[in-house]
Amino acid sequence: MVGITSYGAYVPLFRLNREALAKGARGEKAICGFDEDSVTMAAAAASDCLNGLDRGTVDGLYFATTTSPYKEKLAAPIIAMAADLREDIFTADFAHSLRAGTSALRAAIDAIKAGSAKKVMVAAADCRLGTPGSAFEQNFGDGAGALLIGDSDVAASIEASYSVYNEIMDVWRAEGDTFVRSWEDRFAVTHGYMEVVGEAVSGLMKKAGFKPGDFAKVVFYTPDARRGVDLASSLGFDVKAQLQDPLFATMGNTGTAYPLMLLVAALEGAKAGDRILFASYGNGSDAFVLQVTEQIEKVRDRRGMKGHLALKKVITDYKQYLVWHGLLPREEIPGPIRFFSAPAAWRESEANLRLRGVKCQVCGAIQFPPQRVCTKCHTKDQFEPYRLSDKKAKIFTFAMDYVTPAPDLPTVTTTIDFDGGGRMECYMTDREPEQVKCGLPVEMSFRKIIDKDGARIYFWKSIPVRV
Amino acid sequence: MESIKDRVAIVGMGCTQFGELWDKSYKDLMVDACYEAFEDAGIEPKDIQAAWYGSRESGFTGAHLANALKLEYIPVTRVENFCAGGTDTFRNACYGVASGAYDIVLACGVEKTKDHMGGFTMYVTTPFDRSMVEWDLPPVSQFAQLATRYFHHYGLSYEEGRRILSKISVKNHHNGTLSPKAHFRREITLEQAMNAPMISYPLNLFDACGMSDGGAAAIITTPEIAKSMRKDYILVKALALTNGAGQATLQPEYDYIHIPESVAAGKSAYEQAGIKNPRQEVDLAIVHDCFTITELLIYEDLGFSPRGKGPEDVEAGTFTLEGELPVNTDGGLKCFGHPLSASGLRMIYEVYKQLQGKAGPRQVKKADIGLVHNVGGVNGLFNCAVAIFGKS
Repeated sequence: MVGITSYGAYVPLFRLNREALAKGARGEKAICGFDEDSVTMAAAAASDCLNGLDRGTVDGLYFATTTSPYKEKLAAPIIAMAADLREDIFTADFAHSLRAGTSALRAAIDAIKAGSAKKVMVAAADCRLGTPGSAFEQNFGDGAGALLIGDSDVAASIEASYSVYNEIMDVWRAEGDTFVRSWEDRFAVTHGYMEVVGEAVSGLMKKAGFKPGDFAKVVFYTPDARRGVDLASSLGFDVKAQLQDPLFATMGNTGTAYPLMLLVAALEGAKAGDRILFASYGNGSDAFVLQVTEQIEKVRDRRGMKGHLALKKVITDYKQYLVWHGLLPREEIPGPIRFFSAPAAWRESEANLRLRGVKCQVCGAIQFPPQRVCTKCHTKDQFEPYRLSDKKAKIFTFAMDYVTPAPDLPTVTTTIDFDGGGRMECYMTDREPEQVKCGLPVEMSFRKIIDKDGARIYFWKSIPVRV
Repeated sequence: MESIKDRVAIVGMGCTQFGELWDKSYKDLMVDACYEAFEDAGIEPKDIQAAWYGSRESGFTGAHLANALKLEYIPVTRVENFCAGGTDTFRNACYGVASGAYDIVLACGVEKTKDHMGGFTMYVTTPFDRSMVEWDLPPVSQFAQLATRYFHHYGLSYEEGRRILSKISVKNHHNGTLSPKAHFRREITLEQAMNAPMISYPLNLFDACGMSDGGAAAIITTPEIAKSMRKDYILVKALALTNGAGQATLQPEYDYIHIPESVAAGKSAYEQAGIKNPRQEVDLAIVHDCFTITELLIYEDLGFSPRGKGPEDVEAGTFTLEGELPVNTDGGLKCFGHPLSASGLRMIYEVYKQLQGKAGPRQVKKADIGLVHNVGGVNGLFNCAVAIFGKS
């Protein structure tokens, strides 16, 4: 039996009140912090999905997005490193389509059915931009979802799937485009989304022998708050009882990640025996029937959608949103030239991306970054790797720089002591300056540190423990 | 291992005006500082047998000093040791004389910080020079972390802590008004210092020293030769240098309420000089107040105040010009300014003038033993120099 063995999600802490975009616009959309992108969000969702599991058992990582930082360069390995997965696993990016999340899901299911892997992680994330003033700008949200697919300990089995494709210029982004383009909405939605997802869902029910009443929940990608409802009712579903809330008021359309994130939300409320219908959209549709098992109760200990949506910081300043997303120029630090060294980044990737320190095999001292000579007992080269990314810590001391130009002043720097040993100096993010104090419990979050000359450098920052 | 005590002497010193010297190049500063020293010592540039040149970002080899002064075909070594570079340059020059290799040498430190936007060619990353993933901020945040923890450890409220730090700033501003060559020569009030714009919490504008241009130089020789040159030469009593090995950030035991490099350098210097009770025996100290919190920690690290009692001594006025142990009589880094590798030699210049009784309106009453302290770098990787001087 192949299916979902674990799930996870990530919604950025920050929500933009849609009033900031248009007078009378309702609700909030989730937005990336200045130091987040699809890679960091996918890494966070993958870590959420792996909570309490043995990371060594994962045989593959598929990353799905339309907003990879790179045109040419695989992003999945960055996420695999941040999630501290094995090196001998299959990694791939699924890109260029809002359907890439379910493309990756189908590929993962097929890999397990074919026996080439036992467990594959599918992590999807997006942070698409709508032109300032457009409906897209209001609708789009940022976020990530992750599903661990396997053939044992299955929490939701994949009972059937069905796909169709269509060629239509409804929604697109070409080389060099910052913002998503589209044809007139009524054409695009009528002959794109409504027609095609309708075909996929009807085709799947016909093929697998189900009728609308057989499902506890239906989970549909939707381009906006209304169309998912229209689709569900046109297909004969009871919107109130069956349709998964599209979370438009609290998050928005998160693109490639959206169907996966809504599925995670549905799984959080599901019980053993529930049947779920699930469909994506993007020049076609992938539809699935899932059945929840007793195992679902064993993977509840995740922040998932509920946990991430519960804690938020609402932003009302449109300028801040524009600056964070690189849409307004801002003052750069004059003078000093930050250089980036690819050899150094490669050499130090175990420390920087996996956040592995070392533990001295002689005296037990945990040290970060890795040392050649132990700081305590001075023994040379007798260390074992020690993962810090999943450890909680406490702030020992900190400072808050109000002067050096940065997108989110003050820039908080922390010296933190990990529970179980080890000390680290790092930036702090997702914080309220008033809450930063000695002794504050923190956890680690994978973030973008430098974005220059097309290169993105990632590292870990402390954040207040997200409850 | 022999002590350096009484084995070398200073017979001449020079120091330029410090400040934003837009019309001066680093070579102008070399010439101005060194020629004042030559004149003070009564020697010619050709008398110099070897030279040490300290800089961080102004002239990268000894040849730049040789070129400015036309020191022809003599050894000139460039020294870089961050904020302790000036004192370390002096230290290396002293050993050149003490070894017997040379009779008369020059130590010069110059920094032309203001040719760089903001005063620094590069920001200071945290202790581990890795793939640029670390803090990329000016040094203030490093020292602000010490202030945060000091306040926390001793239960000082933000206002209580700020008051102590502000008093240090007010003192150094007052001393700066008495130093003609200082960058900042203006009194400030406690209220101004308390309420200045925040730079890096909990440190504000008046906690931070000025980034300045400047240069200073010393002529060093043996005590025997010094005697033949002038009566009021100054003797070196101790030269200490320590470097951190990353302990502060690698070991959670480190408390961020003291700088261990300063403690170790002080201990070494006191042993060399035979000083048992620094508070009693040191008459004045010119220390590295890059930020006010640094000066507060130095009081305790160098044994001027018992651990945790620095604030009480600040309140009591212990370190003012009229106090029991005047500190930063010339305005310190805060007001004299901080051209990185020049600062150590500027501090020695002040001790030299005080011990000669030539410090004018800021002259302290008793000036037999003077101490210089520099600390540079970041938590865990500080380099710290302490030098002690005495009258001939």
